[in-house]
Amino acid sequence: MFRKCFRSVLSFIVVMLLSNAAVMAAPDGKALFMSNCASCHNPIKESTGPALQNIDKTFPNKEWGYKWVRNSAALIAAGDKTAVDIYNKYNKTAMTAFPNLSNEEIDAILKYANEYKAPVTAAPTPGAAGGAAPAESNGWLYTVITLSLVLLVIILWRANQGLQRAANEKDNVPTEKEIPLYRSKLVIAVTAILIFIFSGYWLVNGAVNEGRQQNYQPLQPLYYSHKVHAGINQINCLYCHAGAEKSRQAMIPSSNVCMNCHKQINAYTGETDHPLKTAEGKVINGTEQIQLLYKYAGWDPVKKDYNRDAKGNILATPIQWVKIHNLPDHVYFNHAQHVKVGQVQCQQCHGNIEEMDEVYQFSPLSMGWCINCHRQTEVQFTNNNYYSIFTKYHEELKSGKRTKVTEADLGGLECQKCHY
Amino acid sequence: MSQKQYWSDLQDLKNIATKTEVADNEFKEELPFDLSDSVFGATTPRRDFLKFLGFSTLAATLVSSCEMPVRKVIPYAIKPEDITPGIPNYYASTFVDGGDYCSIVIKTREGRPIKIEGNEMSAITKGGTSARVQASVLGLYDKARLRHPMADGKEVTFDAIDRVIKEGIAGKPGYLVTGSIMSPSSKEVINQFLAKYTNVKHVVYDAISYSGMLQANEASYGKRVLPGYHFEKAQTIFSLGADFLGTWLSPIEYSKGYSVGRKISAKNPTLSKHYQVEAIHTITGAAADERATCRPSEMGAVAVALYNAIANGTEPALKSAALNKLVKSAAADLKKGNGMVVSGSNDVNVQIVINAINDKIGANGVTVNWVTTSNYKQGIDKDMADMVAAMEAGTVGAVMLHGVNPAYDYLDGKKFAAALAKVPVTVSFAERLDETAQKCKYIIPDHNFLESWGDAEPRANYYSLMQPGISPLFKTRAFQDSLMVWMDANQTYADYWKLYWVTRIGSQANFDKALQDGVIEPAGEMANGTLAFVGNVGAAVSAIQAMKPASGVEVVVYQKVGIGYGGAWSNNPWLLEMPDPITRAVWDNYLCVSPKRAKELDAELNGFNEVETKKKVAKVTGANGYTVNLPIIVVPGMHNDVVAIATGFGRDAKVGRAAASDATKGGKNAYPFTAFNGNTVDFYSNVKVEKTTELYEVAILQTHSSYEGRPVIHEFTLAKFKEDPKELQKERGAEMSHFEHEPWDKNAHHGGEALATPEMEDGYRKNGTLYPVQPFEGLKWGMSIDLNTCTGCGACVVGCMAENNISVVGKYHALRSHEMHWLRIDRYFSGMPDDPDTIQTVFQPMLCQHCDNAPCENVCPVSATNHSSEGLNQMAYNRCIGTKYCANNCPYKVRHFNWMDWNGADAFADNLFEDDRRDDINDDLTRMVLNPDVTVRSRGVMEKCSFCVQRLQDAKLTAKKAGRPLIDGEVRTACQQSCPSNSITFGNVNDKESEIYKLRREEQVERTFYVLEHIHTMPNINYLSKIRNTGAIVAGNEKLDGMFSEHI
Repeated sequence: MFRKCFRSVLSFIVVMLLSNAAVMAAPDGKALFMSNCASCHNPIKESTGPALQNIDKTFPNKEWGYKWVRNSAALIAAGDKTAVDIYNKYNKTAMTAFPNLSNEEIDAILKYANEYKAPVTAAPTPGAAGGAAPAESNGWLYTVITLSLVLLVIILWRANQGLQRAANEKDNVPTEKEIPLYRSKLVIAVTAILIFIFSGYWLVNGAVNEGRQQNYQPLQPLYYSHKVHAGINQINCLYCHAGAEKSRQAMIPSSNVCMNCHKQINAYTGETDHPLKTAEGKVINGTEQIQLLYKYAGWDPVKKDYNRDAKGNILATPIQWVKIHNLPDHVYFNHAQHVKVGQVQCQQCHGNIEEMDEVYQFSPLSMGWCINCHRQTEVQFTNNNYYSIFTKYHEELKSGKRTKVTEADLGGLECQKCHY
Repeated sequence: MSQKQYWSDLQDLKNIATKTEVADNEFKEELPFDLSDSVFGATTPRRDFLKFLGFSTLAATLVSSCEMPVRKVIPYAIKPEDITPGIPNYYASTFVDGGDYCSIVIKTREGRPIKIEGNEMSAITKGGTSARVQASVLGLYDKARLRHPMADGKEVTFDAIDRVIKEGIAGKPGYLVTGSIMSPSSKEVINQFLAKYTNVKHVVYDAISYSGMLQANEASYGKRVLPGYHFEKAQTIFSLGADFLGTWLSPIEYSKGYSVGRKISAKNPTLSKHYQVEAIHTITGAAADERATCRPSEMGAVAVALYNAIANGTEPALKSAALNKLVKSAAADLKKGNGMVVSGSNDVNVQIVINAINDKIGANGVTVNWVTTSNYKQGIDKDMADMVAAMEAGTVGAVMLHGVNPAYDYLDGKKFAAALAKVPVTVSFAERLDETAQKCKYIIPDHNFLESWGDAEPRANYYSLMQPGISPLFKTRAFQDSLMVWMDANQTYADYWKLYWVTRIGSQANFDKALQDGVIEPAGEMANGTLAFVGNVGAAVSAIQAMKPASGVEVVVYQKVGIGYGGAWSNNPWLLEMPDPITRAVWDNYLCVSPKRAKELDAELNGFNEVETKKKVAKVTGANGYTVNLPIIVVPGMHNDVVAIATGFGRDAKVGRAAASDATKGGKNAYPFTAFNGNTVDFYSNVKVEKTTELYEVAILQTHSSYEGRPVIHEFTLAKFKEDPKELQKERGAEMSHFEHEPWDKNAHHGGEALATPEMEDGYRKNGTLYPVQPFEGLKWGMSIDLNTCTGCGACVVGCMAENNISVVGKYHALRSHEMHWLRIDRYFSGMPDDPDTIQTVFQPMLCQHCDNAPCENVCPVSATNHSSEGLNQMAYNRCIGTKYCANNCPYKVRHFNWMDWNGADAFADNLFEDDRRDDINDDLTRMVLNPDVTVRSRGVMEKCSFCVQRLQDAKLTAKKAGRPLIDGEVRTACQQSCPSNSITFGNVNDKESEIYKLRREEQVERTFYVLEHIHTMPNINYLSKIRNTGAIVAGNEKLDGMFSEHI
């Protein structure tokens, strides 16, 4: 248990460091491209929007480029000729405005696009959590060694007894009558007590764990790799799970959200970098999975359009995913409360999801686990004006009587915070 | 003393043996345990115990060793842009049911309506709702709704019958019968239809008719309209049998207005004065300051007496002294100005006299509005009678019926049904197979109003738009669409309706805003004005005086606040289980009689008391020979010569499972007791009442809990309150002052007079207990309920059921005190049972008081109920093991135990508890109404009011996400929101700017009290004392007036 905790904490720290590092360094063109542009643009292929490689060479000037990215609609409205031409060329589909991107960031994105090369064969990168498997097998080894040692002890003890008896016989010393082990009162008593204790422990533990599904990793109807999307391509979690900041449900995206990108991306090109495999080791063809997605989404890859019925409705069928994170019906959990208000990272509960090809349940999702976090976690007390009403705590913080305000201080351990 | 004697029922008053026994006994039945001394001789010996233990262990092991089920999570195929799972969407719309109107907001989750809330932007209903509006969302998921068009009882397609019907309605004279239509666009469609089919006549028929009033207004003012009533401007209200807070015309609107005049504080000690003369006991009568009873046939005489008293100063000479006194005093008050007289009579002459009085006292243009008139009711009884005659004559070729059910609710339904059989083409637009639809050849079910586009004009120039909250669930079609198809219009009603409004209000942008707001209303104050009175009062007075004198027993056909006229409401389990405010009975109708009349029927006390569930049955025979056997319920405050039967019961089995009736269930139809007087329908008639030997069980919820005689209500007269507003403070101070300071403090009170103040409350909180006082940082929730404005209408009860997934238990379990309502409205009578004119009635909404020193919390062995840092008394269902200790220890009796799995019992085969009438609630369709944010409780756990904690949590989260403090008024509980009289205030008591803080500490210190405060439970709900604008609070005290000895 300790090792597991240690491992998860360690990997969490690594993730935190990595994400921090990204923030501190110069704008990361690739990350920015993936999170902002990739749904409509490909560096080297025409898609919803033009290919971005060397697109800056077509701008009238650099400033124009910045203006276009931040608010293309304004340029078009102002009657800028280049802007209007582009607008008309792409079926009058306006580009989403990105008012928050700074000049440096836009430059970084363009730089990334310009330097982008179609993926070529490269050595596979070792997984970060690769050390997990050998650690598991160590346990077996220890068990085998322990058992053989215990066996050895018993054999030696029996041999010793046998020799003793032989020596006694030889010396004509009367040997005490041996009571068989199964009739020894001491052995019976000790065994009974041990059985009682262990079976009790086993029973209680079993009952407590009833309905919990830690490490549950079901086979999904479609092989969707979080590692490929969130890890390698660094798509923001909230791009697909848009509900996480707004609602109690994080939301599984509908297939038309997938199609935002997959209208362009119709093949998996990372087999060499990152071959896809199920937990059982079965090799998965990524491109086939994308074709399967098209079937669900009702997309005709040849026509490059959706299949529609007579009324123009898209003929899509929802993907019936297997639910991994199950809470009992009497538990109310709200993603927005944790992600938006509490600023909790997704990974804290879901584990290193960006490293998982197939998702498994990382946390026990037990009440003890929830409560523990509520006890320890400091709330965004001074940053959020909502908490201004807790005047006493603010005074205590100011006077130094209190160093932090945890969720538990604000009633986070009470029944009706989660059960109603 | 404000402590007059209240009684929740006659047994309470007399403290008879059965009542005491029931109060002492927690369980209605014997417990299934053998408490004999000999363990082995017991019927459940040790071996059985071991067997059960072994079985349950084995069963638990087997169940838990089953594999976890694989759950699916299925996203949208194409996610609608405006839906985020987990976040509700709200759509402004309009509730319309015949002439009932309410501007509403539909709360939808993942595209399905789950709750109706009032629309505060409406100048008419101002955000109020009624029990029926709250329950209407359950009607959407009614299992008995028709799922497809039908011809001769078989499913058909629209196309197939459209052709046949089109041919059928052309040619011979036909009728289109509808209820009152408030929708301007629908009226337009109907006009176009009538223009195309000139042989078709439009008849408006209202089951509860206001024909007399419409015709009287035409005679008096030359306009066949109903005026608008401004109760908020009225200082004197005289109601002659009009239940304007419960069922008369537009009760939500009138409750909102009425409550304005009933708000009172020590700083502004003024109240409107409300006189009520009625035959039966309504909630409006309960709210009245002065109340007297008369026979329904004497209403005219009372109106004339009042007219004469006002016009000529004539002394009234009516049948009872109480009436004379009331009329005289009312006449004097009405003459002071700002008065208003309303009448529930459906007699033209009575209404003409009422109009004359309103004209004389200058009410027109002030409290009675003849410019912004009302469109609630438009039916003329004579038109309907003429149509039935034509149908009988066999000259009618086609009848189309929309929103009406005359085979059930016409005064002679049988005659109507027989006449209908003579019509070759009969079309019904009914949403269910009601009594009339069953007799129709074609049925084209209309959408539910929650699936419809539409509009309404409740008051002249005040419009309200209707938009759907969900796509039609079944193969139904808007009634207007059917008409448009038959007149070969080449657009749908939805398109027509949109175009109609876009053209009417100018632009798409205006339309979008109107649709979002739900209402289109002129700016500024509502236009008001008067009309010249041209009525012939003399003729009306002589007509009234010429009526034959009243004799014998008269039956009043009345509407229950919940079920109303019948219709779809008869099949609404929420409404059926909502206790009638006055009788507190559920699931049935019955014969209401006064205690004196009951004594004559040999059915008093032990035979029909409220504790004993088996009631004696009386046989009621009408003048037309119609006979029903109904159980007797004794209602103090009824006129001694009047009995009353509610409408909406005695329905056909096909109306729905909950509505179905036969000899053993579901009540009887009351409509055949109405009578046609040649011009209008009278909702009373002479009957013969005889006793029988039968018994019938009626579930009455009032007596299910007892305060053991402890006082829970404080009531004062206005004069007394003005004279000494601090009387209540003194009474409370006498109880609490000892604890204001610690006993050894030099300021400690040792007896003597002291005023209860908020500071004293704080001292009492601390010093009244040995335990440390819990600090409440940040938030602390509190609620205040104003007993003066509460009318007992029950909107909160049903609102709470809808919000909190409260189970319907059915009649059988209601009889066994197993009802689950988190919020109940207790009704207390005071006065002398034999004299209905002395009865004064008070309502008290009772819900979990969220005590800071809660008796329930201390006794829970598993700490399933405990206190939160926000002052909530929390109930963790999954922790509860069902000892019921908490319910036993709760002095307010607000905790309810789940004896059954009420909502999901059908998950296992043969697991369903069968009650027949309630069982449709256990259906996948009906369960769509459940609020996904609230746990559906299962068998074996306790539950109670949570202060709508899901709403509190949601409001807090919204504030946190925005990074701002919670705003006062941002969070409202379901009961508070549904209240049409603004009786409930809720908020954070720690916030010194909040309404609740100001109310308790500043504005209403004099009226604030806590129920059973002296036992130091420290409730978080306070009440405001009842102030009645009357001469005296009747004592009804046995010791004082010895009125009851003759009763035994």
